[in-house]
Amino acid sequence: MSDTQYAYAVARIRALETSLFSSSVIEQLIACKDQEAALRFLQEKGWGGADTALNADAILTREREKIWETIKEMHVDMDVFDVLSYPNWFHNLKAAVKEVCTGESGANIFYEGTPVPKEEMVRIIKEKDYKALPENMRQAAEEAVEALLHSGDGQLCDVIIDRATMDAIKEAGRLSKDEIIRDYAESTVAVANIKIAVRSSKTAKSLEFMKRAMAPCDSLNVDALAHAALAGMDSIMEYLNGNGYAEGAEALKESPSAFERWCDNRIIQTIKPQKSNPFSVGPLVAYVIARENEIKTVRIILTCRQNGLPDDSIRERVREMYV
Amino acid sequence: MLDLLENVGGTGWAILGAALAVILSGCGSAYGVGIAGQAASGVVTEDPDKFAKVLIMQLLPGTQGIYGLLVAFITLSKIGLLGGGAEDLEVMTGIMILAACLPIAIVGLVSARNQGKTSVAAIGIVAKKPDQFGKAMLFPAMVETYAILALLISILAITAIPI
Repeated sequence: MSDTQYAYAVARIRALETSLFSSSVIEQLIACKDQEAALRFLQEKGWGGADTALNADAILTREREKIWETIKEMHVDMDVFDVLSYPNWFHNLKAAVKEVCTGESGANIFYEGTPVPKEEMVRIIKEKDYKALPENMRQAAEEAVEALLHSGDGQLCDVIIDRATMDAIKEAGRLSKDEIIRDYAESTVAVANIKIAVRSSKTAKSLEFMKRAMAPCDSLNVDALAHAALAGMDSIMEYLNGNGYAEGAEALKESPSAFERWCDNRIIQTIKPQKSNPFSVGPLVAYVIARENEIKTVRIILTCRQNGLPDDSIRERVREMYV
Repeated sequence: MLDLLENVGGTGWAILGAALAVILSGCGSAYGVGIAGQAASGVVTEDPDKFAKVLIMQLLPGTQGIYGLLVAFITLSKIGLLGGGAEDLEVMTGIMILAACLPIAIVGLVSARNQGKTSVAAIGIVAKKPDQFGKAMLFPAMVETYAILALLISILAITAIPI
């Protein structure tokens, strides 16, 4: 599909971007006194559907469905969006491995709409029919099952599958002709590596653990990052400052929630150039990421409101908006 | 080669010039209007109130096709095909008319394609900021300048060729 073939879709996305929440709308949402008022505000903004209950989960689920309904209506190549769903696909693999190996049926939540449905995924793991899985999942599935069966170490199982997720995202970026997919893949993997370094440093994990968990990427030297994590948080901040992630170091210094916010903001900053791109699939991918980010931010605000957190604490957790 | 020139004849070369002016500039306009139309449809799908504004944007790359048609009319009139009194032209005269048609043919094709793409980008502005319609229209209108320059040269050259 040539870039100009996206003219219809991109123009439609431009029209849809006018209804994305800006920072001022998010401020209005924060100003709602309780969760019910916030939900009513969302309904006034067109969130949910005509028959959707005044319930946070129902409204947010409906909004997520709307994203993909809109994209599918545009009749574009849906394979481009696979990379955005990899975390869900691999999450289902993780859930199936744990369900089969621990025998606790129903304890794990599966995402719907993945290429391998829940029942099929469980069957594959049970029968060790790994060839039925997508190629980028096979090895991780086998290793995770072996690790969980032999050592009973759930964390090792998580690490194996999370690493495979990152490798799959990075590989999708490497193979993609679209700049946005390459940039998204690089940012996602780099941010995930930084998160691993921070958490490993806090929980005093070994160098081997970090090397097993981190996926190589272009903007970070994972070996150096892992060594910095071993030396402590100050070393991580120093490393980030010297490698183009100074804002991340600042956020890390500020608070854990500020750091989590920066991780998401970094992805939004990566996709922002798509606002002025009239052709290619970039604006569509950016719209999907922006909507997911918007829904995540609204969920954070609603949860904070429900738990009675003060406005300042909510603002600290609010993500940067795309528009 | 000389045989080919002689066999086609002066009138044949002149008609080829007129045909190229219509075909190339028409193809460019068809592409430009087509792609801008796709973008306009995308905006109208979500916001039908913007129909009039995006329609104007879509039409901008259509002018090159009209310029090509105008040059073809002048050419056919010049060589007497429209009035019914066609004369046998010298081969050299026919080739000169062909050359005179080329500016609008080639520039029409290239400018219409690029104007179409610029219109798509401008439609994006209208989709997000309809109050900036005037500014948005200027960007594709700039591309028009070069089609008009080519049109002028083609008309001046055709009318100046003695028959």
